[in-house]
Amino acid sequence: MNSNRFANGALGVLAWGVALLIFFPILWLLLTSFKTEQQAFTVVPNFFFSPTLESFKMALAQGSGYWHYAWNSALTAVASTVIGLALAVPAAYAMAFYPNKRTDFLLVWMVSTKFIPAVGVLIPIYLVYSAVGLLDNALGLTLLFTAMNLPIIVWMVYSYFRDIPKDIVEAADIDGASIMQTLFKVVLPLALPGLASTGLLALILAWNESFWSITMTDHSAATLAVYIASFKSAEGLFWAKMSAASVLAIAPIIVLGWFTQRQMVRGLTFGAVK
Amino acid sequence: MKAISRTASTTAPSAEEAGARSFARTTRLLMAPAVIFLLIWMLVPLAMTIYYSFQQYNLIMPMYNGFAGLTNFTILLSDPTFWKSLANTLIIVGASLVITVCLGLALALLFNRTFVGRGVARTLAVAPFFVMPVVTGLIWKNMLFHPVYGLFAWVARQLGLEPIDWLAHYPMLSVIIMITWEWTPFALLVLLTGLQSLPEDQIEAAKLDGASAWQEFRHIVIPHLGQVLYVVVMLESIFFLTSFAEIYTTTGGGPGTATTNLPYYIFQTVFQQNDIGIASAAAIGAVILANIFAIMLIRFIAGNLNAGAAR
Repeated sequence: MNSNRFANGALGVLAWGVALLIFFPILWLLLTSFKTEQQAFTVVPNFFFSPTLESFKMALAQGSGYWHYAWNSALTAVASTVIGLALAVPAAYAMAFYPNKRTDFLLVWMVSTKFIPAVGVLIPIYLVYSAVGLLDNALGLTLLFTAMNLPIIVWMVYSYFRDIPKDIVEAADIDGASIMQTLFKVVLPLALPGLASTGLLALILAWNESFWSITMTDHSAATLAVYIASFKSAEGLFWAKMSAASVLAIAPIIVLGWFTQRQMVRGLTFGAVK
Repeated sequence: MKAISRTASTTAPSAEEAGARSFARTTRLLMAPAVIFLLIWMLVPLAMTIYYSFQQYNLIMPMYNGFAGLTNFTILLSDPTFWKSLANTLIIVGASLVITVCLGLALALLFNRTFVGRGVARTLAVAPFFVMPVVTGLIWKNMLFHPVYGLFAWVARQLGLEPIDWLAHYPMLSVIIMITWEWTPFALLVLLTGLQSLPEDQIEAAKLDGASAWQEFRHIVIPHLGQVLYVVVMLESIFFLTSFAEIYTTTGGGPGTATTNLPYYIFQTVFQQNDIGIASAAAIGAVILANIFAIMLIRFIAGNLNAGAAR
């Protein structure tokens, strides 16, 4: 029994060790963001230093453009999520409660579009966008994020709707409620927590997206991902500032992510794992 | 509409079916926006990519346009960089898959045990998955891999070793390390969720029957996780096939073409050589590659759907 307890303790220590090791790069980024540029860029790393908010001030200062990019990130993430939900809810509602022979096919077809690699549609979208003026445009990027997340949103909303007992909806139909009344008065209130976590997942995925932002925007619609990527050639010049900007960009998402772990698994695996 | 639905659902024995039929037009209207949106943003561009792949079309040489037959494909197939990028793509997918799944499984088993502060430790361990890939690239490139100012170089010097210029000398390994750092947490998260749905009594019964830890793992845990593992492998394959940000921010596909994968090759062909035709032909290759995994995964999801409906 004693040796068993010892083994358990050792495995607990091991688990903690691994967790800290995995988390370390993020911790190091966080530490660096509280350094001055001189403290950040040294041959012998500074583990102990007096923390300063100088880099955050630099990163957020006027002229750094941080707020411009943050606004674009927030705008495109929120707008694409709202549009995505507005498109997905009616579709998922119809498929979950009024299915017909083609429902399964349509649902699977929608999911399958998620697996078309972005490079497979990049070229025409780039050419059409540049022809109609959607290049480097917040609306253009928003619609791409919507298309990217719509399959996942449809699937998740559908699976949450399926959890609602059909009897409730049938009872509402019998009471003479129209399809839309049933949706707004019966189904949506019941599915609200599911819709909220679906929205959160879409928000995270859009905020972290980088391929479309890098290829489709330049400055006026550029998101934080584009801004931070622009530090890639700053050879050691702005490490503290880059760290501060990065921390500001990832902190809210990591916190949201911690709260939505389960929904994340459910959404990204298309319900195979709950 | 109301009247029809009321009679249908109260009188007919197959009320549900009849009701569904009468609702057909309304439900079609409800589904149309989402379907049309995906058609416009996904299927139409895909069809256009196929069209462009048969066209001679370079943005900086607009006078040479027109049907090209299979020329783009023959040029592509005789381009060593294309083959290199294909090989790199497969190396990234293969190596990252093996590492993330094995590590993820080991960690899931570890974190499925009870120990002090498990919730916090698990939360820390899954954090990298929520980090923007662009930030991942920059953290590793600047603060860890850097041959002079990076932390790894400092550790090497402390141990009396020569610091390694990771991105220059082991570029592919570096890319794989970054991708596995991001995705092992995903495998951990999904497999842990799978493990937690393992019925306790099965484990108890096996223990009573005198099964060893290995037998328990081999005959109960692995079969139970079978589906979950399958989904993790398929999904990760599709995401790894399209890795971009980690390469864009660190190696830029180099040195030379050492870390140019298929998405990066297409990116360069479009935005540096402006060759729409050849880039489109390569994009078709990427779609075909993704489809190999996607078809298996979609079949699985569709199967799950029917199982769910039968329940």
